[in-house]
Amino acid sequence: MIAAFRIPGAGRLKQAETASFSFDGRPYAGVEGDTLASALLANGVHLVGRSFKYHRPRGFLSAGAEEPNALVEVKRDAARKTPNVRATVQELYDGLTAQSQNRWPSLSFDVSAVGDIASPLLSAGFYYKTFMWPKSAWKNLYEPKIRAAAGLGVAPDQPDPDHYSARYAHCDVLVVGGGAAGIAAALAAAETGVRVILADEQADFGGSLRFESGARIDGQDGFAWAQGAVAKLKAMDNVRVLSRTTAFGYYAQNFVGLVERVSDHLQSPGRDLPRERLWQVRASRVVLATGAIERHMVFADNDRPGIMLASAARTYLNHYGVAVGRNVGVYTANDSAYAAAIDLKKAGVGVAAIVDLRDNPTGPVIDEARALGIEVNFGRAVIRAGGKLRVSSMTVQPKNGGGERTIPVDAILMSAGWTPSVHLFSQSRGKVAFNDETKRFVPGAYAQDCVSVGACNGTDGLSATIDEAYAAGAKAAKDAGVKNAGADTVKGAKPKVDASESWSRGMLGAAPGAGADTTVKAFVDFQNDVTAKDIRQAVHEGMRSIEHVKRFTTNGMATDQGKTSNMHGLAIAAETLGKPIPQVGLTTFRAPYTPVTFGSIVGHARGPLFDPTRKTAIHPWAERQGAVFEDVGQWKRAWYFPKAGEDMHAAVDRECVTVRKTAGLFDASTLGKIEVVGPDAAKFMELLYTNPWEKLEPGRCRYGIMLREDGFIYDDGVVGRLAPDRFHVTTTTGGAPRVMNHMEDYLQTEFPHLNVWLTSITEQWAVIAVQGPKSRDIIAPLVEGIDMSDDALPHMSVREGKICGVPTRLFRMSFTGERGFEVNVPADHGQAVWEALWAEGQKHGACAYGTEAMHVLRAEKGYIIVGQDTDGTVTPGDAGLDWAVGKKKTDFVGIRGMARPDLVAKGRKQLVGLKTKDPKVVLEEGAQIVGDPKQAIPMTMIGHVTSSYWSQNCGRSIALALFAGGRDRMGETLYVPMPNGTIEVEVTGMVFFDEKGERLNG
Amino acid sequence: MAKAAAKKTAATAPSVERRPALAGQEFSATGVTLAVLPPAERISLRAPEASVAALSKALGVTLPRKPKTSAAKAGRTALWLGPDEWLVIDEAAKDPLADCAKLTVLHSAVGISHRNVAISVTGPAAAATINSGCPQDLSPDAFPVGAASRTILGKVEIMLLRTAADAFRVECWRSFSDYVFTFLSEAAGDAAA
Repeated sequence: MIAAFRIPGAGRLKQAETASFSFDGRPYAGVEGDTLASALLANGVHLVGRSFKYHRPRGFLSAGAEEPNALVEVKRDAARKTPNVRATVQELYDGLTAQSQNRWPSLSFDVSAVGDIASPLLSAGFYYKTFMWPKSAWKNLYEPKIRAAAGLGVAPDQPDPDHYSARYAHCDVLVVGGGAAGIAAALAAAETGVRVILADEQADFGGSLRFESGARIDGQDGFAWAQGAVAKLKAMDNVRVLSRTTAFGYYAQNFVGLVERVSDHLQSPGRDLPRERLWQVRASRVVLATGAIERHMVFADNDRPGIMLASAARTYLNHYGVAVGRNVGVYTANDSAYAAAIDLKKAGVGVAAIVDLRDNPTGPVIDEARALGIEVNFGRAVIRAGGKLRVSSMTVQPKNGGGERTIPVDAILMSAGWTPSVHLFSQSRGKVAFNDETKRFVPGAYAQDCVSVGACNGTDGLSATIDEAYAAGAKAAKDAGVKNAGADTVKGAKPKVDASESWSRGMLGAAPGAGADTTVKAFVDFQNDVTAKDIRQAVHEGMRSIEHVKRFTTNGMATDQGKTSNMHGLAIAAETLGKPIPQVGLTTFRAPYTPVTFGSIVGHARGPLFDPTRKTAIHPWAERQGAVFEDVGQWKRAWYFPKAGEDMHAAVDRECVTVRKTAGLFDASTLGKIEVVGPDAAKFMELLYTNPWEKLEPGRCRYGIMLREDGFIYDDGVVGRLAPDRFHVTTTTGGAPRVMNHMEDYLQTEFPHLNVWLTSITEQWAVIAVQGPKSRDIIAPLVEGIDMSDDALPHMSVREGKICGVPTRLFRMSFTGERGFEVNVPADHGQAVWEALWAEGQKHGACAYGTEAMHVLRAEKGYIIVGQDTDGTVTPGDAGLDWAVGKKKTDFVGIRGMARPDLVAKGRKQLVGLKTKDPKVVLEEGAQIVGDPKQAIPMTMIGHVTSSYWSQNCGRSIALALFAGGRDRMGETLYVPMPNGTIEVEVTGMVFFDEKGERLNG
Repeated sequence: MAKAAAKKTAATAPSVERRPALAGQEFSATGVTLAVLPPAERISLRAPEASVAALSKALGVTLPRKPKTSAAKAGRTALWLGPDEWLVIDEAAKDPLADCAKLTVLHSAVGISHRNVAISVTGPAAAATINSGCPQDLSPDAFPVGAASRTILGKVEIMLLRTAADAFRVECWRSFSDYVFTFLSEAAGDAAA
């Protein structure tokens, strides 16, 4: 059954191909190719939403992306609910389910519409004036009530099950906009052979050719020509044609962001299809062919459903075959609305009257309207619309006052003229210029390699548009650098315009009846409910800049970005200020042109691709053993290895005891590793570390400290000298990338004279720490070519040889205080060597231990962790590491910083040990320390606990702390106030276990 | 006891197998196939201009001097990564580190065979797959066969080499290989569009 307002045979859709859908629970029938808007209009539905502030009933203003009113929720399933979908853009599919927003309990009866009556309370600047006092209102009124009453749509409450794709692309010429201008420009550019991308936001190319019934190109109807031309472009290898694709942002150096809506128009998109695809395009030249947007007339109650742009009514008729009413009125200040009236009249729709604000316009469209018997009134204004849920009449009055006449209508088509879409041009940092004659802003000075053509450039008429666009397309291709000699001439023929429509001019600002002396609701910005009166009030209250007027009234700040409202708002502000429009200025256009989903920006970066998860070569073994992992930067590290029935404490206690009793294996692969190679390697190391390196013999290791220029500790690690010109440097796990950058930075900028190079080898080597009295017994049977005796391989030495038949860099070093080794093997061998060592270890009762036990064991020995026991304000002296600073050295990064008076002053915070008086109490890391627990609150805090653990090996808790005067307070009692009482602590040295260090050779 | 253990030699120690990351993984979608490539020998080579000729001779491949280029000979490929930096990949089981070790000219050669994992991306949609996360222009004019670049894919660094009109070699660090393979797999599904 054909819908009531669908005109048989009209439009371009195949009316036999129907699609069913529902709106607010009611079933309707539409046609394949409809938008939700055209399908609802075909069923006579105009009322589709409530406005943001006043909850006024609203219908469709437009037939395109500029739509401010018809925002609905489209729901596919529980997780796929999209709010604020423009019904004028949403393509219909069979089974589409939509509902209206911003209304309660129903669309036709909305209790919040009382806001319309109480609107004097919601005047311009409402937000700034209201949310000031009283404080309690924030909690009881503003947040819960006003926020709930405002807002648009409801955000989905489940994770988005769709996926989103992304693509970077390069081209010589990017053409934005696929109307007559864009297609002509793309044809000219493409025929030279350069790479062209043509993008248009609509499903079908053609732009305003969709409704301009008078356009004929190359002997065809304009729209049909567009389809043919685009088919030709699609067939070319050098052209990518993107429909349903919005260029939303124009960034630096011709970088343009586009979103392609891939599957929102499909009934059941395949799982393999992304919902949207983000295109990030770098173009040598950009051709902007973004067209123009028709403006509404600003008169009282101009927001009643059924009142819409003339071009929208024409689009619904000529493209979708839908009449927007049976008896329409027309209110215009330029010629273009006449064409709509003529088309509707010819299609059999009643046209009650054309009301033209102009005094004595002449032209063919006016003659034609009269010839069709349409009543035409000059010099008159529509001062008011009747009706509430749907317009029912228009009241007409001579524009300079006089008798009123009310004409019954069921729709009003309006046109105040056309606003060039300079959004992307403005985003490109181009400066717009005001044309006083045509009263419009057009592109002025360009800031990037782009050109505007057609309506967005203020070019009127199809013929002039195609001439301009075709030439611009060819020039863009040439400027982008056509490669083949002789190919810089366009091969095809320029499209020939046989017939065209043309109009310009119109009016800006409030129409008669909505002038300065009135208080009517004549809407300027529909989506944010801003009236002409609000703009004037903003000026009266002191706003002078258009930017201030915008923010005070919120004009142009809704999701439609003021596409229909900006120029009217500006004109009213200018009139009120008594200044010419260019002096008041235009607000800045910002990305995005139309709303962009979070999904398209996120793209692939979710789930496992949100951030890389780095795993060591030994990770699978630890996983099989049931290790619990912790995140350390992007790395997963084995935290502890619980046996059946063990909790974390039990596992860590066992691991710590086993390491000291027999031995333990630890995966240290994540440590940063840098190979420093070159004849000046030692000189470089001298400059980057506090320690002396020149005299370190090959085969020996040293614990090194790296400072920043300010003298504070930046990183630390053990460094082995493999050869006179080769060091194997280790860094902290988290510090690896920045230490590499720090070193490279100094090498390139401060020490470029040194012959030395840095290579990251973090991932080349898997590192297995074997620590404990049995460590040598475990390793030795597997090692080849290295003398493992204490004489040949003393503590802090390194040898190259083989283990299990593969190369190794074997370090004798310890981060536990026990005899220890770190076995470096090429990463792909890491797991197998670990397994071999594990098998040997099992013979001795060794365990695998994780990062928690590692932390406890090093704290028992007072070894610091940079970033935990230091915080970027700690010098080597503060940390008790003066011994690691070369006393005879005259230069290294940080040497001058270290000498600053405040860094050598007495009373600095120093790192020392703490023992709780009650050995069972484990302090909280980060807890504050005070000297006198009885002092008044707020107490003077002298420092804090940096590391704190239960030590099974010591049979008590242990802690490291950083506080004022640390080492001068040995033996003193200090206090750690906690919510459940104050904890007494004794200041001690940092070494809690094996103070003499005998176990390193034990 | 300790001394006895120390003196024990490892002549009988078992050799251990190599377990490369993602070994043998493959993925196919319309127009593109991903495959984790077998292990290769690799060095990071750094050297001043004066050493390039001698190093080229020792390596048997002329080190490229132009940005974004590579040179290949007899299973050995040198990728230009910087004015004094090359990634040398040997797929013929010959050790480039040993070749450089004989030289006395100024240079730094560091073995990184295990640091990198290589993934091949082949098929008509190969470039589109990589362009899902890599901002470089991969058209044949801008990135011809043999072109090489250290660049990014999504959130990680990769080394990219075009090995044929529709084939690329993507190298990344070992622990990032899972991310890179997963990223490319997801991108591959949409690359034919």
